[in-house]
Amino acid sequence: MSVHADRAPGAPEIRVETPFQRFRSEFFESRIATFALGLLALIIVLALLAPWITPQNPYDLAQVDVLDGKLPPGSVAYTGYTMWLGSDGAGRDLYSAILYGLRISISVGVASGVIAMAIGSTIGLIAAYAGGRVETVVMRLVDLQLSFPAALIALMLVAVLGRGIDKIIIALVAAQWAYYARTVRGSALVESAKEYVEAARCLGLGHARIVFRHILPNCLSPLIVVGTVQTAHAIALEATLSFLGVGLRQTEPSLGVLIANGFEYMMSGRYWISFFPGIALLLTIVSINLVGDQLRDVLNPRLKK
Amino acid sequence: MTVFIIRRLLQAALVVLLMSLIVFFGVNVIGDPIDMLINPEADQAEIERAIKALGLDRPIGEQYLFFLKGVASGDFGRSFIFGEPALKLILHHMPATVELALVALIMAILIGIPLGLFAGLYPDNPVARGIMAGSILGFSLPTFWVGLMMIILFAVVLGWLPATGRGDTAVFLGIKSSAFTRDGLSHLAMPALNLALLKISLVIRLTRAGAREAMHQDYIKFARAKGLRTRRVIGVHLLKNIMIPVVTVLGLEFGNLLAFSVVTESIFAWPGMGKLLIESLLQLDRPVVVAYLMIIVVVFVIINLAVDILYSILDPRVRLREQGT
Repeated sequence: MSVHADRAPGAPEIRVETPFQRFRSEFFESRIATFALGLLALIIVLALLAPWITPQNPYDLAQVDVLDGKLPPGSVAYTGYTMWLGSDGAGRDLYSAILYGLRISISVGVASGVIAMAIGSTIGLIAAYAGGRVETVVMRLVDLQLSFPAALIALMLVAVLGRGIDKIIIALVAAQWAYYARTVRGSALVESAKEYVEAARCLGLGHARIVFRHILPNCLSPLIVVGTVQTAHAIALEATLSFLGVGLRQTEPSLGVLIANGFEYMMSGRYWISFFPGIALLLTIVSINLVGDQLRDVLNPRLKK
Repeated sequence: MTVFIIRRLLQAALVVLLMSLIVFFGVNVIGDPIDMLINPEADQAEIERAIKALGLDRPIGEQYLFFLKGVASGDFGRSFIFGEPALKLILHHMPATVELALVALIMAILIGIPLGLFAGLYPDNPVARGIMAGSILGFSLPTFWVGLMMIILFAVVLGWLPATGRGDTAVFLGIKSSAFTRDGLSHLAMPALNLALLKISLVIRLTRAGAREAMHQDYIKFARAKGLRTRRVIGVHLLKNIMIPVVTVLGLEFGNLLAFSVVTESIFAWPGMGKLLIESLLQLDRPVVVAYLMIIVVVFVIINLAVDILYSILDPRVRLREQGT
């Protein structure tokens, strides 16, 4: 229990930490996690600010010159600025292309993560609360889906649906909802047996209110952990599908598409076209995973002393 | 036991049926079957004839039964590109994929278990910390990007290993494989390692966790107290006990390896069924895609069924619990 210096005059000697303050101080105990969170924040800010901080809009044809194509890192472009990470086959500055690519990769990952979380946790909550036959059917379905790898399910779906951002998000949601459903159902089962839920029932509250206002908030911790890890998975999965040519189109250049574009130049030793987008992808995924790991340690009540 | 197996078989059949529904309606309702199943270069008269032949003018339920009948007799239609029956084409590409997955599995065992054991026995050793950090990287690195970097390093910069293809194959004991020739092995090394990386990380973590847990068990203390050599305590008493979860998980992961070989095969131009799938997808060769999806579903269902039955033999509680409900 820590005592804060900034206490108001006349206030009691020991101030009790709010749960959020405790969470915050425990999270930042790990230097690696702090670093990862900082890195992740930096990546997100760079991606958000891409149009204002890049020397070039890589998808504005007026700003791209084929004469600048395939330049090694550090070359000076035809239009005068330095391409610190080199340029790709079409003459796009890789640094700019990566920041624009990050926007797409992260939005696809986050969008599919949020949608899968909403759908999966609603289904999991309903299964746990309703019990009986509904629960059996839903959980059988979840078990069935989890016996196939998520990557395979996503691949099957894009095979059927085709390419494009909307279809990739549908495929990722369909591949991942079951993880959320299983997680939420597990903790919702524990919560529904507790007294506060019984009290809410005795007050005559509606089912929807009990499920979403009473049970759901108490299932949030495992949900947040699964959410971070699954978002990292979604970003990696989208990159993989795009690399294989069955994910996003050339007009939606995520990091996976950039890496795929560099593939053809690799044999001639022009490594940078695939290398740097890959590093950006790697840093994003690793930082999300490290943050997720630390969240799991901090939020898991079983690991608490 | 018989009842349990019959129930599981019925469930497996149900899963296959469900998946066939999804695949069929995916191709026929979401997409336009005329686009997908008929060669786009066909002229009008040919399209009319194909619609009749495929039964596309009949009601959808009837069409589905027709599709099921074809699947049951192994008829998925002919590939547009190769003109061969789709099933035959996939079975022709299957051995290369199975070979790759098997070699990757062996690599995961041979590399993962010793490293994991070391990390578990000496958790504070800096090398052990390095191994664990490496395994976290192994989980986070996207397989396809690692594959690219391996090509750059070993094929382009160092020039040690060939980047693409399967190389020479030889027949040994009736099995045709690249693993029996020097050239074939040099082609096999990179893709197999690429495919194995995730599994190596997984085995390291499992073995380490098992070793750390087992070190404090009575039977290890007893073996030590008997005065056995460290090598025997670790090699026999410890390893035997931590192998159970490792073998179970690896058995389950074999199907995973087959599925993930799609990525590795595309990068290293390995002529397996994963590469065939991606090429068929890009060339809109739908009969092959549908056949691949159905085959991989069946493979997964068989693996899961085998694991379920093995479990129920090894651990009767699984069977009893099922009967209770």
